[in-house]
Amino acid sequence: MQLIIESLFNGVAIGSVLLIAALGLAIVFGLMGVINLAHGELMMLGAYSTYVTQLIFKLPALKPIYNAYVIVAIGVAFLVSAVVGILLERSVIRRLYGNPLETLLATWGVSLILQQFVRSVPLAYGTGIAIALLTGLILPILLPKNLYKKNRAHLVKFGTWSVSALIGVISSSGLSATISKLGRASARNVDVTAPAWMRGGFELWGITFPMTRLVIIVITGIAVLSVTWFLNRSVWGIRIRAVTQNRSMSDCLGISTETVDVLTFGIGSGLAGVAGVAISLLGSVGPNVGGSYIVGCFMVVVLGGVGNLMGTIIASFCIGIITDLIGAGRLLTIWPQMPAPLASAIDFFATTSMARVLVFALIVIFLQFRPAGLFPQKGRMVEA
Amino acid sequence: MTLLEARNLNTYYGESHILRDVDLSVRHNEMVCLIGRNGVGKTTFLKSLIGLLTPRSGGIFLEGNPLERKPPHQRARLGIGYVPQGREIISHLSVEENLLLGMEALPGGLNQNKKIDSFIYELFPILHKFLARRGGDLSGGQQQQLAIARALLGSPKLLLLDEPTEGIQPNIVQDIETAVKRIILEKGIGVLLVEQHLHFVRQADRYYAMQRGGIVATGQTEDLSQAVVDKFLSV
Repeated sequence: MQLIIESLFNGVAIGSVLLIAALGLAIVFGLMGVINLAHGELMMLGAYSTYVTQLIFKLPALKPIYNAYVIVAIGVAFLVSAVVGILLERSVIRRLYGNPLETLLATWGVSLILQQFVRSVPLAYGTGIAIALLTGLILPILLPKNLYKKNRAHLVKFGTWSVSALIGVISSSGLSATISKLGRASARNVDVTAPAWMRGGFELWGITFPMTRLVIIVITGIAVLSVTWFLNRSVWGIRIRAVTQNRSMSDCLGISTETVDVLTFGIGSGLAGVAGVAISLLGSVGPNVGGSYIVGCFMVVVLGGVGNLMGTIIASFCIGIITDLIGAGRLLTIWPQMPAPLASAIDFFATTSMARVLVFALIVIFLQFRPAGLFPQKGRMVEA
Repeated sequence: MTLLEARNLNTYYGESHILRDVDLSVRHNEMVCLIGRNGVGKTTFLKSLIGLLTPRSGGIFLEGNPLERKPPHQRARLGIGYVPQGREIISHLSVEENLLLGMEALPGGLNQNKKIDSFIYELFPILHKFLARRGGDLSGGQQQQLAIARALLGSPKLLLLDEPTEGIQPNIVQDIETAVKRIILEKGIGVLLVEQHLHFVRQADRYYAMQRGGIVATGQTEDLSQAVVDKFLSV
């Protein structure tokens, strides 16, 4: 019993990390059909946002509420990655819709740029840019509409962007002056330390559940629920689903497909940022951290069936549980009298990296038989 | 003022010239029928009006407003309801969601309009029964009714109907005819109909006949002679 609960918990924990990482991709790749190789780098930005938020919360003024930084970081990471994602969509991907190969190359290029950016630019500058972009995008929503009368619209726009740039410059110089770690560029990995309440474990039925993993499971659960609610119940969800399925007709019905694209991409990228918070709690954060997750993300989305959110959820938990069964050598514990050759084979794969190899091999074999994944789209609309 | 006016419209698919100097107008409260054999450019013309295709030259005016530079969603919001050939129901969405999407064309869009006007169910009672079903699971005739209802929920000034009776069982054809006539009478909108079904064509006030991408004949429908019908309808 204890064994089943423990391996189930570990499997779900591994699955949650995969799921939170793949959730954004399920929207960007699954729903929009955009192959975004920079998705991993958006996660990396989310992880760095967590790091920066943590350092800011160490300042004397915010020290009393230091323990709450993770919750704030989720919001910050979502916004930062969403803004960078929107910028990427508007500047690069928009021009390449319908050209998967070019999109793949262009987004790979963007991923290299982002990696080098965090290596060679001090984090304070990056934060300043993010703050400037964020204020620049949010100010027009806050300002009263009648400011944007025809002849002065350009002037107001110019004004808001200059104000945001100024805010960005001030905050970046302020940050680099007060927090020395943010002031210099560094290619070295950084560590996010979990707040006190997240260390240690939670004991139940003689099993210890590590707190960080529980937190990640909770974050994943909330993210999945809110995405499901958003897509199925909100007005924008209806629009997104309509545009995904029939772009030209949605346009004829009065839906601005461009706005829908920007929003969908922004949400997908924002979720990558949230995933970044989760991975920053698991290990150290470096410029290459996204690369180690991106392949897994694509695997999960393809295995679940492209365009099917439910499939992504189930696929990630399946992979999680199987990885744990193989990686922790649990099969041997379950069946100790296993014949020796089989036992040694299983023992060979009972490490984290070898388990990944085996799981990927299994996925490849599985996809030979079911190329459309676990839950392919069915019905007469598929051909149409 | 004329509701819709197309002037000297020329549309190309790549290098092939499809529409040649098409002039056509629709007034308020009027049903106009565009007839012609398959492949002469009727659907291309409707697509140019809604904005799915961009004419190379010529003008489109809705109550005097030039439309030809506007994307489809703006034309829909200005008052063009489009019921395409093949209906284009969003198949994974429920019937109710499909109807809701029709209200995107209203001022304020879906954010400010959440209630489906019940006159739709008077016109097409079947839709009320199937609200929770997926659009793609309806039969062809039901999908056609849904597509028309969806277009009407945007309170269009002009309704474009592309072969609404194609491949549909006769009793539903009758329902659709009655519904379209009733909308014109009650709402005072204009309808531009592309149709092969002679009985439906006869309901229109005026006709335009198209051949090889150009308008070759026009007049009152009651003057539509058998000779013209034989020439332009593939019945």
